[in-house]
Amino acid sequence: MATQSSRAAARLMVAPSVIVLFIWMIVPLAMTIWFSFRIYRLLSPDRTGWAGFRNYAWFFNSPDFWLAISNTLLLVGGVLVITIVLGVLIALLIDQPVWGQGPLRILVISPFFVMPPVAASIWENLFLHPQNGLFAAAAIGVGAQPILFMESYPMASVILIVSWEWLPFATLILLTALQSLSSEQLEAAEMDGASAVNRFRYIVLPHLIRAITVVVLIQTIFLLGIFGEIFTTTQGGPGSASTTLPYMIYKQAVIAKDIGRAAAGGIIAVILANIVAYFLMRSMGKHLDA
Amino acid sequence: MARKVSTRRKLAFTAAAWAVALIIFFPVLWTILTSFKTEASAVASPPEFLGADWTLENYVEVWGRSDYPRFFWNSVVISVGSTLLGLLIAIPAAWSMAFVPGKRTKDLLMWMLSTKMMPAAAVLIPMYLLFQWTGLFDTRIGLVLALMLMNLPVIVWMLYTYFKEIPGEILEAARMDGANLRNEIIYVLTPMAIPGIASTMLLNIILAWNEAFWTITLTTVDAAPLSAFIASFSAPQGLFYAKLSAASTMAIAPILILGWFSQKQLVRGLTFGAVK
Amino acid sequence: MGKITLKSVRKSFGEVDVIPGIDLSIEDGEFVVFVGPSGCGKSTLLRLIAGLEDASGGSIAIDGVEATDLPPAKRRLAMVFQSYALYPHMSVRKNIAFPLKMAGMSAEDQAKKVDNAARILNLTSYLDRRPGQLSGGQRQRVAIGRAIVREPAAFLFDEPLSNLDAALRVSMRQEISELHQTLKTTMIYVTHDQVEAMTMADKIVVLNAGRIEQVGSPMELYRSPANTFVAGFIGSPKMNLIDGAEAAKHGAQTIGIRPEHIDIHDSGPWQGMVVLSEHLGSDTFLKVNATGLGTLTVRASGEVALRHGDTIRFAPQPGKMMRFGSDGKALA
Repeated sequence: MATQSSRAAARLMVAPSVIVLFIWMIVPLAMTIWFSFRIYRLLSPDRTGWAGFRNYAWFFNSPDFWLAISNTLLLVGGVLVITIVLGVLIALLIDQPVWGQGPLRILVISPFFVMPPVAASIWENLFLHPQNGLFAAAAIGVGAQPILFMESYPMASVILIVSWEWLPFATLILLTALQSLSSEQLEAAEMDGASAVNRFRYIVLPHLIRAITVVVLIQTIFLLGIFGEIFTTTQGGPGSASTTLPYMIYKQAVIAKDIGRAAAGGIIAVILANIVAYFLMRSMGKHLDA
Repeated sequence: MARKVSTRRKLAFTAAAWAVALIIFFPVLWTILTSFKTEASAVASPPEFLGADWTLENYVEVWGRSDYPRFFWNSVVISVGSTLLGLLIAIPAAWSMAFVPGKRTKDLLMWMLSTKMMPAAAVLIPMYLLFQWTGLFDTRIGLVLALMLMNLPVIVWMLYTYFKEIPGEILEAARMDGANLRNEIIYVLTPMAIPGIASTMLLNIILAWNEAFWTITLTTVDAAPLSAFIASFSAPQGLFYAKLSAASTMAIAPILILGWFSQKQLVRGLTFGAVK
Repeated sequence: MGKITLKSVRKSFGEVDVIPGIDLSIEDGEFVVFVGPSGCGKSTLLRLIAGLEDASGGSIAIDGVEATDLPPAKRRLAMVFQSYALYPHMSVRKNIAFPLKMAGMSAEDQAKKVDNAARILNLTSYLDRRPGQLSGGQRQRVAIGRAIVREPAAFLFDEPLSNLDAALRVSMRQEISELHQTLKTTMIYVTHDQVEAMTMADKIVVLNAGRIEQVGSPMELYRSPANTFVAGFIGSPKMNLIDGAEAAKHGAQTIGIRPEHIDIHDSGPWQGMVVLSEHLGSDTFLKVNATGLGTLTVRASGEVALRHGDTIRFAPQPGKMMRFGSDGKALA
């Protein structure tokens, strides 16, 4: 349904969104590229000039860099697996005939509304704290040694917190998808002699694929940039044990005050994000309504 | 789902579902409970539930020590402002994509979404400098712009999926009835899309309210919203759990309540139309 | 006035020519039906006339005024859509008044016209309801009401009855025909249902693959179809088309005989076995596996007692047989 005039109008109306987003993307990106080839240290402002690829070389030669990359992927992958597996299980449970499905949904979605710094700080202090946290109290209660979560298992702790924040999202999207599955399909499978496990494997799971795709796509977008939770809790430590790429860049910029290196890290992160985005969009784009 | 289920079976599932839901909700509940305890009671070991010393003093102190109304008001202005501005730009764009789709429409949507994948930390310094140069640093208008741009792809995509459900024939009917583009959007499209626009608005207010990177790095005092308020409380750890809990409760309560009322619409919007 | 003239109107979507070029003249006050199988381009042609699609070439004139580049709003045409396309958020009254409001008419004049249209269409007691609270037939009438208040040069109908059940379809069909008698405005009506075409049209335009196969009054098309496509499309049940030796006997590639033009009698030249007999009450339609001819449909009287497996002899009525050449065109 389109005439030339409506196509022209359409282009005109899409333009503002595209232009502002393009500027929002390209200006900082261009500046970052520029800085990444410069010597630019806030602590020694008189030293300026071109750095060539030295800022990039520093990153690739830093042992922290590869740790940061693997931590970033671990965080994204870990949270995705936890939220999707638990999400499917919880959605299946809530989808059963139960009393109070409305209030249940409200309880389950609540963590999604908690802002990340608050989520991180209540988990760190009220639950994971080795002296005063609830988990420590539970450990002492059964006569065990309290676990030093942030020191001994920093990545696992961060993954736990982030998974808690995103579990509601995954659960509710999967639940919505489950509820759209026609009961006739399941009844037909039952008539055909499929066991409960086979009904899940051959009917329910394929029906959920679209929803899982959405969860992966949206969560990845947000998880790649996770920063606040690490900033509030482990500060990337101990040492660099829980440093992700965004946090490593942040450290270079704000703590080491080396803008050139931070910029080089930024460009590496952008390239990495684009690689992930490319594969994600290509493999998942077809599942989305566009 | 007309199948009859035995009461015992239903009871078992209900108990299990509620147990799981309470575990997920527990951190929020515990925070709220702790916020009403005295500091001593908050860190008591073993933890105190019903027998704790209940008090309102934490709220009184947090309220007195920091300028909560200002942080709150900044949060409201920034999240609502960025959402409304975003809608203003996104509605025409979503109209175009939904009703005059081209070969590139899907690529364009994907590109928009991919701009969200750029790690914020990567462009922190340029953004900081740009905000300094343009005088937008630590201003509400600056944050409104930043968060609008950050959430614009989500707004466009959500509106697009809602608009696509409106049959094109109705817009064509309006055209046949003599409506120009402006009237078509004002009298026909927008009223029909009100539920979709409302849930887009809600979700984006929540996303903007909870944003905690740009709101902290691009503000100091004047424009600082609740994310900065809570950051200032979590710095000296360990010593005052009850006050930290009170501050946390104050920071999340408004959006938690808003979210509870609108969770049904939110979930639909969040799926970007891919899950019905 | 509503005279519409198409001159070599073309439409292509990318590489695909949906309509390779159509010339057609529609006279003022005519009821014209575009009919054809799905995908034949009939709806596209209607949308080209409406201005909802751009023509890739050629020209469209409405009352002698060049309209090819005019937006839909400026063509003085009204359209009734397949889905009715009512505005769900407006009351019936506001739906009908919408085109008047867009034209900037005063509130009193709007009210007068809406009341008038509602009276004609028996909608007066529903004016304050929403479309969602109406039945299919009532929605259809609201859509028509919205079209008539504008007093357009012509009405365009895009398969307007296809969402109604069979009984309602018949009565709405009659209502639209009566409306045409009353208003005497040009109407262009798109359908894939040849019954609607036969019963409503002054002039039928049969389309196939974007081309006009034949233009004519319903009975012209019934009596002398220009080719095998029209022969097979117009008339129900379909005309029997027979190829091979029997056709060659009559000097044609294909011969055609309608089921109602076949008589069963024992001295008939053709013979076959009844495969299926469908009793409609008034008529009986027999599927006959005829020797050397293939499967034919034969109309018999309602009370005929033939059943599966019976053998019958039958004959075409004299002068009713049609002959078609190897290009599918009718032979004189």
